[in-house]
Amino acid sequence: MTWEPVIGLEIHAQLATRAKIFSGAATAYGAAPNTQACLVDLGYPGVLPVLNGAAVRMAVKFGLAVGATVARRSVFARKNYFYPDLPKGYQISQYELPIVQGGAVAIALDDGSHKTVRLTRAHLEEDAGKSLHESFHGQSGIDLNRAGTPLLEIVSEPDLRSAKEAAAYMRKIHQLVRYIGICDGNMQEGSFRCDANVSVRAAGAAKLGTRAEIKNLNSFRFLERAILFEIERQIGILEEGGRVVQETRLYDPDRDETRSMRSKEEANDYRYFPDPDLLPLVIDEPFIEQARAELPELPEARAARFVAEFGLATPDAETLTGARETADYFEGVVGALGGREPRLAANWVVGELAAALNRDATAIEASRVDAGALAGLIARIIDQTISGKIAKEVFEAMWAGEGAADEIIARKGLRQITDSGALEQAIDQVIAANPAQLAEFRAGKDKLFGFFVGQVMKATGGKANPAQLNDLLKKKLPG
Amino acid sequence: MQRPTVAGLSRLLRKREASSRELVQQCLQEIERHNGDLNAFITVTAEQALTAADAADALLARGEGGPLTGIPFAHKDIFCTRGVRTTCGSKMLEHFVAPYDATVVERMAAAGLVMVGKTNMDEFAMGSSNETSFFGPVRNPWDPERSPGGSSGGSAAAVAAGLVPAATGTDTGGSIRQPAAMTGITGFKPTYGRVSRYGMIAFASSLDQAGIFAASAEDAALLLEVMAGFDPRDSTSADLPVPAYSQEIGASLKGRRIGVPPEFFDAGLDAECGARVREALGVFEQLGAKIVEVSLPHLGLSIPTYYIVAPAECSSNLARFDGVRFGHRAAGVGSLEELYKRTRQEGFGAEVKRRIMTGTYVLSAGYYDAYYLQAQKARRLIAEDFRQAFAAADIIAGPTAPTAAFRLGEKTADPVQMYLNDIYTIAVNLAGLPGISIPCGYAQDLPVGLQLIGPAFGEAAVLNFAHQYQTAADWHRHRIARSGADGLPRMIDVTGSTGRSFSVVGTEMPTGKPRR
Repeated sequence: MTWEPVIGLEIHAQLATRAKIFSGAATAYGAAPNTQACLVDLGYPGVLPVLNGAAVRMAVKFGLAVGATVARRSVFARKNYFYPDLPKGYQISQYELPIVQGGAVAIALDDGSHKTVRLTRAHLEEDAGKSLHESFHGQSGIDLNRAGTPLLEIVSEPDLRSAKEAAAYMRKIHQLVRYIGICDGNMQEGSFRCDANVSVRAAGAAKLGTRAEIKNLNSFRFLERAILFEIERQIGILEEGGRVVQETRLYDPDRDETRSMRSKEEANDYRYFPDPDLLPLVIDEPFIEQARAELPELPEARAARFVAEFGLATPDAETLTGARETADYFEGVVGALGGREPRLAANWVVGELAAALNRDATAIEASRVDAGALAGLIARIIDQTISGKIAKEVFEAMWAGEGAADEIIARKGLRQITDSGALEQAIDQVIAANPAQLAEFRAGKDKLFGFFVGQVMKATGGKANPAQLNDLLKKKLPG
Repeated sequence: MQRPTVAGLSRLLRKREASSRELVQQCLQEIERHNGDLNAFITVTAEQALTAADAADALLARGEGGPLTGIPFAHKDIFCTRGVRTTCGSKMLEHFVAPYDATVVERMAAAGLVMVGKTNMDEFAMGSSNETSFFGPVRNPWDPERSPGGSSGGSAAAVAAGLVPAATGTDTGGSIRQPAAMTGITGFKPTYGRVSRYGMIAFASSLDQAGIFAASAEDAALLLEVMAGFDPRDSTSADLPVPAYSQEIGASLKGRRIGVPPEFFDAGLDAECGARVREALGVFEQLGAKIVEVSLPHLGLSIPTYYIVAPAECSSNLARFDGVRFGHRAAGVGSLEELYKRTRQEGFGAEVKRRIMTGTYVLSAGYYDAYYLQAQKARRLIAEDFRQAFAAADIIAGPTAPTAAFRLGEKTADPVQMYLNDIYTIAVNLAGLPGISIPCGYAQDLPVGLQLIGPAFGEAAVLNFAHQYQTAADWHRHRIARSGADGLPRMIDVTGSTGRSFSVVGTEMPTGKPRR
């Protein structure tokens, strides 16, 4: 019996607004407990929510970015339940009429093909506070700084068929929300987290199996691990003739397993009803058009443009457009080079620069070598002042803060030898010093050509212009 | 002493024939003398009021201030007042001191009005007799054995007994108009959204509306000008200019149309009350108005509709009273669940619990469509009835309540009997319309209220009709010639505030440990 997993994700993206969704309190992370909670966040008697337009604009941007329908009229509803970190005794969310309806994103599969993942909806809601159960001598502390933080809950259709696909989809959404500037994507701070609905069914069956929901996954790896475990667990149950129970589960990264949450949590009847403190949210055409105008060029479109305009290979274009900052950096380099050699620029950004950023765990916008400086280096490769190989040495020196490319080249005497007289001299010396190899080469051992290149390079301290060297060797070696 | 009017006191103050301090002292004396009997006030803010009065006098002495500067009045204890406790008539908030002022409180203070205290009310505004108050019932100044109506019974009794010239109220299903009728004064509920609900402790958000009790429609107009207006802190508040109501009340009623729905004169209406209302319609005819028949065919749905919508909203609105952050907290609890259960069990009274349970039920899975959704549809039908009626009439008139003031305890055993008392007022809240109750005579020696209802944001028309009636009839000038009963528990807190302090950390945030 082969089994087919069916997975859908609910992603909570914290919107990058300055103020909370229904109050003026700040959303900044890491403040001392309860210093960023105003009376509205505390659910004081008599206070009322007022919708933050910035959160609405961000939700609309998301809707436009995934080709969804932006509802001209959406409704906020109350989700009622008791919990100490839910001050009002209800969460304001959207239920029947969400602001974003439908839409889709494409994810890349291992074989290089793309798969479309449909979205059910995305709706605005407020976050709850945090309960702190440690260090209060058997009591719980409540921190309401997070209460009222705007969230966009993005719900996918059950279109995902493996843990890998689920992770690819989560990455895709993560990339997108950061790209359009509506979420910082910081998973450690809980800005981007996900619940996974997982079920399995016999391959070819039309009916979905019973699902389990794994809550609060805050890394791509945990998502993948949790789903893998859950698929195995469910298949195990089914193969033994058992039945999967619909329940909420938690993933424990230390033991790499999912465990059932107390089913008591399941008994909630949230009694959703339209929030009478908030009028229906009506969005008009000008608002949508303004949001559209504020949207950056989206990653797919930008990648396609990089291929068409700069002649980049598709994988490079996709890598460069993975984050807006990377694409901006790349275009900065190309701009500074006046549009010359964009493929060379791309190689440097995805190669040397990416490696250095990774090594130092630095974001590209904080790169120690900025786009202008990197263009300064690449310009020297283009005009043959230095070879690509020497350029790597120069780059490391630039990274170490030793100055601009030209300074380093001058200080270290790294200009390549383009004087053909000097180069011929070096070649003649090498040929004279290696008569045996010369004889072998002339007897047909073509591979030795590389040996001579290496020897001359060594003799010139790597400064020989490789193309020139090749040409001269081709002339001189055959005799 | 003639029942004081705001307009009259305003003239005295401007002419410097009386000082604000004198007026405030007089109110405080009256409260001191009668509140033990009436139980109209939960909290009296004597010291604060005298300080505010002196500030008003200083302004007036400089020839500054507005028409309301220095006028004493009272707030229903549902409006949050910074530094003065706000109880909402509940044990749950017996010691609650809000760290902020409601918008209505802010605006009235800015206009120079001087608050002398906070008035008694049905717990969380749930009731029609003021008998659900944790602080005990309010007695009707016309007959201490009777209820003043509710839920704003304290404000109504205070104005009727001359303790204050005016007081705020809130009206969710008739809580201003019905007590105004029962105590023989003017009570005005504006259009839903006309006055900010910010800082007014919520009962049913889609119905709650702040309004005013006063001796006359003219006073109500003056006070409404100050209370009304857009508030960015209340998303449901209407972004519309506020007309100068007091300037518009003088218009003639010649040729204006008064719609009278036969549904308002059903079998449930006390005969004498009906007779008084019809006589009042006669007065309007003498003033040149025309009586036209209009129909409100769905009026019968209003009570069942209301008792689904209001409890549904209240069940959610009152969830915040959980013992975690403010208000009553049960002592010695062993678990979170116990904290919730015992706090709410101890803090809420029977009527509040009844409505929370009803509301929870009608919203629960499997019942939502049968109850809440149906009620919303019925609500639309009721609103539509009024819209059509206003195509044929400028104003709708009828009784405010089916009977004059009933006896304390008379309806407490049967909640539905109590609910039926709001039959003529509730539909107006469901449709969100402005309505006023003005005295129009007596039935069984007790005041009878005439209700006038206007189209949405038609406050000016309602006040205009009411004022014109009051120029032709003088029921609103009648004084109470009875003395109250004795030997009742005195529920007066003359200190005003409990002295709980808050420190401010960026935003308003009570610090320190929650009270155990």
